[in-house]
Amino acid sequence: MMEKLKVLIVDDEPGIRSGIERILRNYTVGFPFLDEDFSFDIIEAATGEEALDIVNKESVDIILLDNKLPGIQGIEVLEELNKMKIDAAVMMITSYASLDIAVKATNFGAFNFVPKPFTPSELKTAMEGISKHLFLKRMTKRMKKEGKEIRFQFLSVLSHELKSPLNAIEGYLNIMQDKQVGDNINDYMAMIDRSLVRIKGMRGLIMDLLDLTKLESGKKTRELKRIDLGEIAKLAIHTIEPLAIQRNVKLNYDADDELIITADAEEIEIILNNLLSNAVKYNKENGEVHFNIKKKDNAVVLKVEDTGIGISEEHISKLFQEFTRIKTEKTRDISGSGLGLSILKKMVDLYHGTVDVQSTPDIGTTFVITLPV
Amino acid sequence: MSELKKLILIVDDDQDYLEQMKLQIVQFGFDVITATGREEGEDLLKTTKPDLAIFDLMMESHDSGFVLAYKAKRMYPDMPVIIATAVTTETGITFKVETEEDKSWIKADLYLEKGIRGDQLHREINKLLKL
Repeated sequence: MMEKLKVLIVDDEPGIRSGIERILRNYTVGFPFLDEDFSFDIIEAATGEEALDIVNKESVDIILLDNKLPGIQGIEVLEELNKMKIDAAVMMITSYASLDIAVKATNFGAFNFVPKPFTPSELKTAMEGISKHLFLKRMTKRMKKEGKEIRFQFLSVLSHELKSPLNAIEGYLNIMQDKQVGDNINDYMAMIDRSLVRIKGMRGLIMDLLDLTKLESGKKTRELKRIDLGEIAKLAIHTIEPLAIQRNVKLNYDADDELIITADAEEIEIILNNLLSNAVKYNKENGEVHFNIKKKDNAVVLKVEDTGIGISEEHISKLFQEFTRIKTEKTRDISGSGLGLSILKKMVDLYHGTVDVQSTPDIGTTFVITLPV
Repeated sequence: MSELKKLILIVDDDQDYLEQMKLQIVQFGFDVITATGREEGEDLLKTTKPDLAIFDLMMESHDSGFVLAYKAKRMYPDMPVIIATAVTTETGITFKVETEEDKSWIKADLYLEKGIRGDQLHREINKLLKL
């Protein structure tokens, strides 16, 4: 099987255009995970204006775009393509690109750069990369349309998050294997401690991922029944207590009587564990956590207030996104998967509830969750 | 023979990677200062001129290393800059800083894959420092 990809070459030098045409004429790209190979159909344009005319009239898959053009410049063509929301992958060919152009081009969605002059094999490698990118992008789009929740973005971030601790631990083990700081095991304790911290972080991430996968696949069998929220709250407090003691944070709990709701006990526990562990983790030495549950009209209101480092307004908006970890001086030594709050939000959504956050940097944060009953 | 040790700045947001690089480079016989982010790195550069700098590419944002390299080179054009990252193994996108064209837009003297062997790293640093 063969699929044709339409390649538009935008370059004012006829020699470059025909050179690319010759290189790509009989070139095909295949991937082990694909049944079909890609070959390339070439269209040429000598100016940016001409290129924009072409993409207006016909669909193009890949655009090889020279930056230095006689009329409008490549970067402007890119900007225009971006505005037109053209579903094509753009590769900039350029003999001189400044950092400014590189950053700008990346922001406008250029896939990569090929420096001019290039060899046939450099061009082929670049075409292989861009075809793969295009294929994955379209497949993701198709899957989204089909409602399949496979997210390459998610997977690539995930692989980064999983690889970083492995790299760190591997690095420490190599140092130990080579006995780089001598024969005394005590000199390696800090490295062993850090390795354990990274392993713990990784385990946390895997546990969170399991929660998320269950949630997203919809396969998790929800067991909705009448449960006592107070009982689960006590369980969650019990879980977090060791960490609170370790961090010297005081936990205060207050709740109305008879907090009976219809819910899945495990889900509610995940919500509470997330809230309380954040309140303790991001607290200060000798800090406090106030946790209370109140009945209000047709809802229960769970409030967790901490005296911690707080979250700036700018960061609050990103708080519920997957793998968002607010990276500041203050959060540097606190480990987290970056998934907790996104899980919490999804769980609360299952109950048609709401999550409100109020925070003042250096004073503390208050999470209020309202669950309709 | 006593000679002042060369000073190397390492900027990376992974504190463990930073520790490991530091250990390694101190063992090569250099002095090391570190920063865990772009801004911290910029602040350090304002007061200190290292003999060489090693920047992680993806820190706060995906191009923090490029931006830092750009700013560092503007302050100290003669200071060699290495960009170290695992970006290729993760994204398949490759960067090289071999030709003059590449150097004109990636403001770095060398692009290194993380996980490079110690002796290779040592050789590359010596080369850039003309030792």
